Amino acid sequence: MSGVILEADDLHLRFGGVQAANGASLKVAANERIAIIGPNGAGKTTFINLCTGYLKPQSGRVVFNGQDVTRLSPQAITRLGIGRSFQIPQLFLDNTVIENLLLALSAREGSWSPFLPMQRHPKAEEMWALLDLVGLKEIGNRVVRELPEGMRKLIDIAVALALEPKLIFMDEPTSGVSSTEKFQVMDTLTRVLDARATTAVFVEHDMDVVARYANRVAVWTGGRIAHQGTPEEILSHPEVRETVIGVGI
Amino acid sequence: MARQLVFGLALIAALAIFPLFSPWSTVILTVALCEGLAALGIMVLLRAGQVSFGHGLFFSFSAYAVAFLAAAKVGHEALILIPVGMAASGLLAAIVGLFVVRYRAIFFGMLNLAISMVFFSLLEKLFPITGGADGKRVPRPTFAGIEFGREQFELATFYVTLVLCIVAALFVARYLLSPGGKALEAIKSNETRLEYLGVSPRKVLYGAYLLSGLLAGLGGAIIALVSGHVTPELAYWVRSGEFVFIAILGGIGGVAGPFLGALMFQIIRGYAAVYAPETWHAVLGVMLLVIIFFAPAGLYGIVAGKAGKPQREEGGR
Repeated sequence: MSGVILEADDLHLRFGGVQAANGASLKVAANERIAIIGPNGAGKTTFINLCTGYLKPQSGRVVFNGQDVTRLSPQAITRLGIGRSFQIPQLFLDNTVIENLLLALSAREGSWSPFLPMQRHPKAEEMWALLDLVGLKEIGNRVVRELPEGMRKLIDIAVALALEPKLIFMDEPTSGVSSTEKFQVMDTLTRVLDARATTAVFVEHDMDVVARYANRVAVWTGGRIAHQGTPEEILSHPEVRETVIGVGI
Repeated sequence: MARQLVFGLALIAALAIFPLFSPWSTVILTVALCEGLAALGIMVLLRAGQVSFGHGLFFSFSAYAVAFLAAAKVGHEALILIPVGMAASGLLAAIVGLFVVRYRAIFFGMLNLAISMVFFSLLEKLFPITGGADGKRVPRPTFAGIEFGREQFELATFYVTLVLCIVAALFVARYLLSPGGKALEAIKSNETRLEYLGVSPRKVLYGAYLLSGLLAGLGGAIIALVSGHVTPELAYWVRSGEFVFIAILGGIGGVAGPFLGALMFQIIRGYAAVYAPETWHAVLGVMLLVIIFFAPAGLYGIVAGKAGKPQREEGGR
């Protein structure tokens, strides 16, 4: 595989009696859109947590752009260019949508002057443009706490994108979004990711979304990849159909 | 915003005029402003959802630094003693903050309390150096090279304190609007997301802790000068608790809150000590209960028209 930007190699992590990662390995090439599918408890979110520094593996390693990031903190990994969104959106609920993005912008730019109000950041317009791109400009001045879950999900992704990551992990980007809006959301996200040449790995339960937006699918079971291939190969694979899709994921 | 600005200016004007008509109030108002500075430091930390029950440490450390310097005759000038005292407490906050900012919530609060009580004990026990429970006298220094009489010195100290409070409040207000201030609030709101913005919550809290220690130190340096005497009581946990009380009483929604709280605290303490000398603590307690139940945004919230109820916690990983 050419142009590998992230390589997770043989990750192991056990919580008590649960083997959450059991030899999890994945290579991610630049500009790929990889969907991770699998039943609940398969270790999909654990894998993201291991790659983004929230959890540390008991063995194995994660290399990003040639640098070993296995033991680095989330903030160090984020600064290297790995962004993430969460299954449950992680936002500053009492701030407005634009303030959430402006804080990300300030972090990206290292703008910490105590004399510069965040709202007057010289690049604030860039964040309004990003909100426009993801269709959230109208609610830019609304407090996040007042917004529904589906919108928070998109804001969470927009905050991660505001950091201009080279690689973004998205944990169930369309959960909480109505079935009619799922494709609209994914179209928008794909457009933004393409425009920024951002590589993406996303956990997804909706096979229609997987088929349409992923160019590679990794099937997770028991804390590791059981199968991987193109969406066509995976979604027609008899074992995957029976053990993963068949169980109603 | 206009309402808050008008109120702020009115408060400053009233404070500036009052001692001219009531000279007896000069020291009381200066003490209130000093406590307001320490409470402003508490307010900064409260923005991150952290409460320090030990800010008497920085208040007293600065006061004793001023007392030692003034007694040693190496710094017999108020305009030198104040920044030196403040810098001393800033240095202490820089050291203590290194490990305190690793903790959150009750551990953060109690660790601060524990360190302040260690310092209190040292002040009490090291009698040959600190004067023990009797404390140390602070000789009246010159002010801008001028030797004032007691009343003129108190008046000059009051006006310098008022100016310093305005500068400190404006700086904190600006800081809270800056990305650093917003990151500080993010520690309370969602530390996980803050980390995934590439920001170290510890560094953000460390900066705030340093600022908080400097503010408490500024108050402590001035109170040493204006009272002319320092005792271990400045480091005692009751004093630290008063700073938290003042911050909650005044409200943390705006920088005027801690000063409003400090003024009200002095008024209640003054009148309660006269009319209810045996039960004045109970009067303060009732006052705090009234604020918590009926005006959780404090006196500032009432003045600014934001006396809402605190919101419930929500979310999480």
